[in-house]
Amino acid sequence: MEFLSPATWEEALAAKSARPDAVPIMGGTDVMVELNFDRRRPAALLDLTRVPELREWAPDGDRLRLGAGVPYAVIVDRLADRAPALALASRAVASPQIRNRGSVGGNLGGASPAGDAHPPLLATDAVVELASVRGVRRVPAREFYLGPRRTARSDDELIAAVLLPAPAGPQQFAKIGTRNAMVIAVASFALALDAGRRSAGTGIGSAGPTPLRAPEAEEFLAAEFDWAGGRPPSPAVAQEFGALVAAAARPIDDVRGSAAYRRHALSVLARRTLGWAAADYRREMAACG
Amino acid sequence: MPAQTLTATLHVNGREHALPDLDPRTTLLDALRESLGLTGTKKGCGLGHCGACTVLADGRRILSCMALAALYEGREITTIEGLAPEGGAARPHPLQQAFVERDAFQCGYCTPGQIMSAAGLIDEGRTGSPEEIREFMSGNLCRCGAYANIVAAVADVARTPLVPGAREPEQGRS
Repeated sequence: MEFLSPATWEEALAAKSARPDAVPIMGGTDVMVELNFDRRRPAALLDLTRVPELREWAPDGDRLRLGAGVPYAVIVDRLADRAPALALASRAVASPQIRNRGSVGGNLGGASPAGDAHPPLLATDAVVELASVRGVRRVPAREFYLGPRRTARSDDELIAAVLLPAPAGPQQFAKIGTRNAMVIAVASFALALDAGRRSAGTGIGSAGPTPLRAPEAEEFLAAEFDWAGGRPPSPAVAQEFGALVAAAARPIDDVRGSAAYRRHALSVLARRTLGWAAADYRREMAACG
Repeated sequence: MPAQTLTATLHVNGREHALPDLDPRTTLLDALRESLGLTGTKKGCGLGHCGACTVLADGRRILSCMALAALYEGREITTIEGLAPEGGAARPHPLQQAFVERDAFQCGYCTPGQIMSAAGLIDEGRTGSPEEIREFMSGNLCRCGAYANIVAAVADVARTPLVPGAREPEQGRS
């Protein structure tokens, strides 16, 4: 196995272009499982830990540009105000030890439908920045996931960053699993309300071949939510929102849960996060007078 | 397959160790145990689930089974052997002392990982309550089930009040 260890981003892009089969490794929390159990023998590993840009974040217009290698622990500790849903999801990733190493770039590269970062990226309409020696392109998260572990990334591209719109309302995330750590989600859900546009964004994890949105649930909530008064959604509205989220999922039966359980769990997660977000919305209205 | 090897230098517990002929697939855990003879760090699952292999890298807790040794060249690694000042058995680290006093283990296999994880946790400052300690120690499994005493030992060192019958947080997220 070849081991490529570029010191700069330019060198990393050149290496990926020369060896499109090289597997990028940063925190290693995804790749290492496959190596340890010999499930995969990559011809080359591309070590990205020496590229400082990947660990940086900075404003980019009114968005936050988050380097693909910023560890989840940093997102939890330092970026909760700027990326609330992603920070909540980051706190649910694996364990504290893994959150010190794992990063959003790894979730996007692996593109498991169970990755915790995906639902917040979908719900907040984040953008994925891909780079290669050919140039940089920005792909909305909503167009990034193409199939099981398949994405819009080309073989010669590396994931540079994600761009997160400034939060314009409450954001929530919830996940079902069997333990308080190291849980691959049985189902997960993110909700982002945009008070300015009076719109809602959703993201569903672990309940389809890719992370998914629930567009009908989004439209329903945008029309039914009391944007002016901030009153809590009626039980009927919450119920219907949950049902529309569950209907948007395309789950399968597997060892972690049945399709029917996942749909049910999603309807509960959707209602629950809606309740939390509505309460946050009222608090924000009260704080603004 | 052709074995391409490399040479890496690890900084472990304040000492430098050159690792010639390193297979690039070698984990930090295997390098510590097999090459350096530091067998205090345990191998549990190799999947990142159990936390037995927890060490500190530049003061942050990580899982050494999920780390390639070659990626940790030049980083300061601390293992259970290097946690106590001067490494002396005569003067254990306060966490080691607290684990003994609180009887925070049974078979002891998970203990080095628990203690290294607790060392990282105390530095992170997430020790405000027993519930918080539980959440942020949740990456370490103890199959003997010594959790209650582990929480007490960590709380002792972090000076966290142990409130009997304290409720779990309402919005506990799995």
